[in-house]
Amino acid sequence: MSQYLMSVYYDEADETPSDEVMQEMYADVEALNKKMRDSGVWVFAGGLHTPDTATVVRSQDGEILTTDGPFPEAKEQIGGFWVIEAENLDAALDWASQATIACRGPVEVRPFQDEPEA
Amino acid sequence: MADDREIAEVFQRESGRAVATLVRRFGDIDVAEEAVQEAFVEAIRRWPSRGIPPSPAGWIITTAKNRAIDRLRRESQRDNKQSEAMHLGEHDEREEIEIVEDDQLRLIFTCCHPALAVSAQVALTMKLIAGLGTDEIARAFLVPESTMAQRLVRAKRKIKAANIPYRIPGDAELPNRLKPVLAVIYLVYNEGHVATTGDHLIRHDVSSEAIRLARLLADLMPDEPEVIGLLALMLLTEARRPARTGRDGELVRLPDQDRGLWDRALIAEGQGLVRACLRRNQPGPYQIQAAIAAVHADGRSPEETDWAQIVALYDQLLQFVPTPIVELNRAIAVAERGDVAKALASVEKLGLDGYHLYHATRGDLLERLGRDAEAADAYASAVELTNNQAERRHLRHREARLR
Repeated sequence: MSQYLMSVYYDEADETPSDEVMQEMYADVEALNKKMRDSGVWVFAGGLHTPDTATVVRSQDGEILTTDGPFPEAKEQIGGFWVIEAENLDAALDWASQATIACRGPVEVRPFQDEPEA
Repeated sequence: MADDREIAEVFQRESGRAVATLVRRFGDIDVAEEAVQEAFVEAIRRWPSRGIPPSPAGWIITTAKNRAIDRLRRESQRDNKQSEAMHLGEHDEREEIEIVEDDQLRLIFTCCHPALAVSAQVALTMKLIAGLGTDEIARAFLVPESTMAQRLVRAKRKIKAANIPYRIPGDAELPNRLKPVLAVIYLVYNEGHVATTGDHLIRHDVSSEAIRLARLLADLMPDEPEVIGLLALMLLTEARRPARTGRDGELVRLPDQDRGLWDRALIAEGQGLVRACLRRNQPGPYQIQAAIAAVHADGRSPEETDWAQIVALYDQLLQFVPTPIVELNRAIAVAERGDVAKALASVEKLGLDGYHLYHATRGDLLERLGRDAEAADAYASAVELTNNQAERRHLRHREARLR
């Protein structure tokens, strides 16, 4: 078994979807969450507020610097994520295929470094 | 008695199978590769005096397995990995590993996993399935050995970290997962067939490796018509190899080839496979391209070639592969059918300005229509866009004739 982070990306330049589309999306994601819980792969998941609500903290020369902003200056930002536990990458990619449809955005699948404790 | 050459042959033939078997047993490519390497070192030490054992593959696999177990035991003692040590202890040292043909198929699908970059898929397949050395693969793809070594390390690290499984995809996934496998083999073949750079037009050794891989895949998946189609396509292309280069290594185009030089045995085999595919009636892009090659092989001269049939096959191919390159090849067939002006009109619509064969084809069509000055300019553009010296010489020659 391996754990994977599935990050959902969106392009900040894209238009915000209509309320109707958003409602559909929430429903699809909720249905997928339930399916993941029922299959035992769900570890954690969450949707994030927009990047302009983010704050960056770093330690520099013994001082803590706090600045406004998302850290990556990219137009593609993370909108939400799942942490799942799957048998292997093929299984994770199968969940990611369902996730990209539910979220209407590209999903990046990345393995966690440590295997979960047996 | 056995000499180095015989042992090298056994390595070439058996190392892929041995690595695949050990990957199944130990679940780790590096462990498998290293153990198989050590087993061959042992073979080089022992076989010259004792002779090649009755089952070289079995000997290599058993020796490699014991080496791998020794190594993992040592490491688990050092790292105090209790669980792994116990797991290894469950097995008898003298246990025979069963050779499962599916092991190699599993590993092919891992090497050609869509989560890996195509360059990594190709490198892994050449290394783990074909059993080529990193230096040989680097030479074949004209990159420094260190670059190729790094590419392999990175790819193997991803397989491990992301837990890319060793498994044969299920029926539902198979069509999608088979595509990159076939693409990798065909890419390897073409890399050998027309070297993209360098002096020699044909790097035969790489092409024969690709054919060996296709034969292996066809043995492992005899019910996949596209696998058979790919093998047929490569055999029929390979059959023309002796006629493809002239005395000075220059490219000889299909219409100018001495068909007496074509390898009739390869053609017979390829055409037999094409016929077998047609009977299944599950057409796909490789089968259709093989059918096109089969029609060419039937023609005793360009004039006696059934060009109408070839145009019809390209129409069918366009349904699977609607790309400008296929359109370009279809146009060439249309010209051969006799409609040169029509062919030129469709070529000029393609806008493949960065592709040397677009300019070379356009030049050829213009030349046939008697528009020499424009043809010469087109050949000149084609020269600018290819790095293959043999092709450049050929194009310059055609340009010079028209100036």
